[in-house]
Amino acid sequence: MLTNEQIKKRLTEKFPEEVTGFEEPYGMLTFEAPKELNLKVLNFLYDDEELKFRFLTTLCAVHYPEKKGRELAIVYHVHNLEDNIRLRFKVYTAISEPDIYTATGLFSAANWLERETYDFYGVNFIGHPNLKRILNVEEMDYHPMRKEYPLEDQTRIDKDDEMFGRGGESGFGTAKTEEGSGTIPESEQQHEEGKPIV
Amino acid sequence: MSEHHIKLPEGSIEKTTTTLNLGPTHPATHGVMQNILELDGERIVSTEQTIGYIHRAFEKIAERRPLYQITTLTDRMNYCSSPINNMGWHLTCEKLLGVKTPKRVDYLRVIIMELARISDHLICNSIVGVDAGAYTGFLYVMQYRELIYEIYEEVCGARLTTNMGRIGGFERNFNDIAFQKIEKFLKEYPVVLKEFENLFQRNRIFMDRTKGTGAISAERALNYGFTGPNLRAAGIDYDIRVHAPYSSYEDFQFNIPVGTTGDNYDRWLVREQEMWQSLSIIEQAYQKVQEFKGTEADVFHADVPEYYLPEKPEVYTKMEALIYHFKIVMGEVDMPVGEVYNSVEGGNGELGFYLISDGGRTPYRLHFRRPCFIYYQAFEELIKGSMLSDAIMTMSSLNLIAGEMDS
Repeated sequence: MLTNEQIKKRLTEKFPEEVTGFEEPYGMLTFEAPKELNLKVLNFLYDDEELKFRFLTTLCAVHYPEKKGRELAIVYHVHNLEDNIRLRFKVYTAISEPDIYTATGLFSAANWLERETYDFYGVNFIGHPNLKRILNVEEMDYHPMRKEYPLEDQTRIDKDDEMFGRGGESGFGTAKTEEGSGTIPESEQQHEEGKPIV
Repeated sequence: MSEHHIKLPEGSIEKTTTTLNLGPTHPATHGVMQNILELDGERIVSTEQTIGYIHRAFEKIAERRPLYQITTLTDRMNYCSSPINNMGWHLTCEKLLGVKTPKRVDYLRVIIMELARISDHLICNSIVGVDAGAYTGFLYVMQYRELIYEIYEEVCGARLTTNMGRIGGFERNFNDIAFQKIEKFLKEYPVVLKEFENLFQRNRIFMDRTKGTGAISAERALNYGFTGPNLRAAGIDYDIRVHAPYSSYEDFQFNIPVGTTGDNYDRWLVREQEMWQSLSIIEQAYQKVQEFKGTEADVFHADVPEYYLPEKPEVYTKMEALIYHFKIVMGEVDMPVGEVYNSVEGGNGELGFYLISDGGRTPYRLHFRRPCFIYYQAFEELIKGSMLSDAIMTMSSLNLIAGEMDS
């Protein structure tokens, strides 16, 4: 049976300098490599007769805005089904240059997963056959899972949500005006920028 | 094509294929998904799938919610077997937090998860029947899905979006009615399942419609990231309940049914056999639960005061309970730093949760591995060159759940 130590040994033999940051959070071997090598490492994991990581479990990105120069992490979870062992492999990239090689040549499963990662994080997978948005609308011009896009403020009151059961006559979740309706008073609606609200 | 050509205006280019929009709202797609098919007569030349019509940004929303509030997001993914999603999420949290659950909780969870698996497979298999033109089976077995939903109702009060269980166990013990209903299910369901099988399994029309259509080889299925019944139908015996047992699945005896050709018929058979296996697991788990006597029979959660809401009378009388109650409800409990991947055998495959915690009160990042999002990519390869009516069958036998796909 393959163990984490053996995998680590095998990897450091092949990539002595490049593969770094070995960890074992909750028993799963985790490491990282430079982004230029992502395909080389995945190929090695796939082809090597000892390792045989031939099942792509999942692929996703994580955004760390405070890590300068390595803001985006692309995380691969691969599985060796014969020895039943999992592995986590990360590459980091700068958000200004989010280009990494696609793994679609190796795993057909990577196709949509990479499209999803592109859609939500803007990672540009070089060589992807059809890199376009998958879950969001095509007209969208930003990548919503990045940390700079916060979720809507749950206490905001300036929105007409009558169609969704908030606001309007029922008034739930909206500021009450004197008339008792849940909508914004007219004086506020029509006010121009720069002028104080009377 | 037809011999009688329509005379086209000068200079126009003749198109020999027909474009057909299947979906997004079409009775045959069982969910909001669109397929733009290029047809040559009735044969499919190519297809382009569009998904995302019910995308609700669960991964983003989860970044603002404390752990216990994320449970409600998970049961809106695969709504045919939401308790499995709920339990999978609780197991992920428990792995991160290092919570050890008592055996009785594990067995109760197994009962619920296997009931959910039956209801999931039951819907899928009977819908395959509906798409082949056999409505009777679907209506007949619906009674027993109803009974499963009644069991959910007794356990947690809800039927579809269950929000069942808490970190560490269940919100309350199973009551007597729940056990009676489980007993009733165990007694009556095998007869019904057998009858349902008789309707389809060796039915000439059904076999002609399903055999050899939508087939995939084991190698391609693995490359496409297939899991669950769809992978097993292609002949690979990968089941997380066996390969990485969770919730004490190692205490149960059961088989993993596998197919050979990976076609629609094999997928149907694998699901059918899995229902029998699930029944046997429920029976074993029910026996094990009955063996707990005295105070042991009252255990339904682990002792984790930071994450498990205290009893209401204690909140009013004990200072500590009040503090914990307040902290949990306000989501003010910090998580340990770490990253964890945990997966369970969902109704249609490996349902994974990749949770990264930076020590805050909400996940830093939560990624759901949704099995049908991953295997729906293979749809084009599965139906290319086949008839339109086979594409419909293939779609339903893959068990696509739009809610899970779009998250």
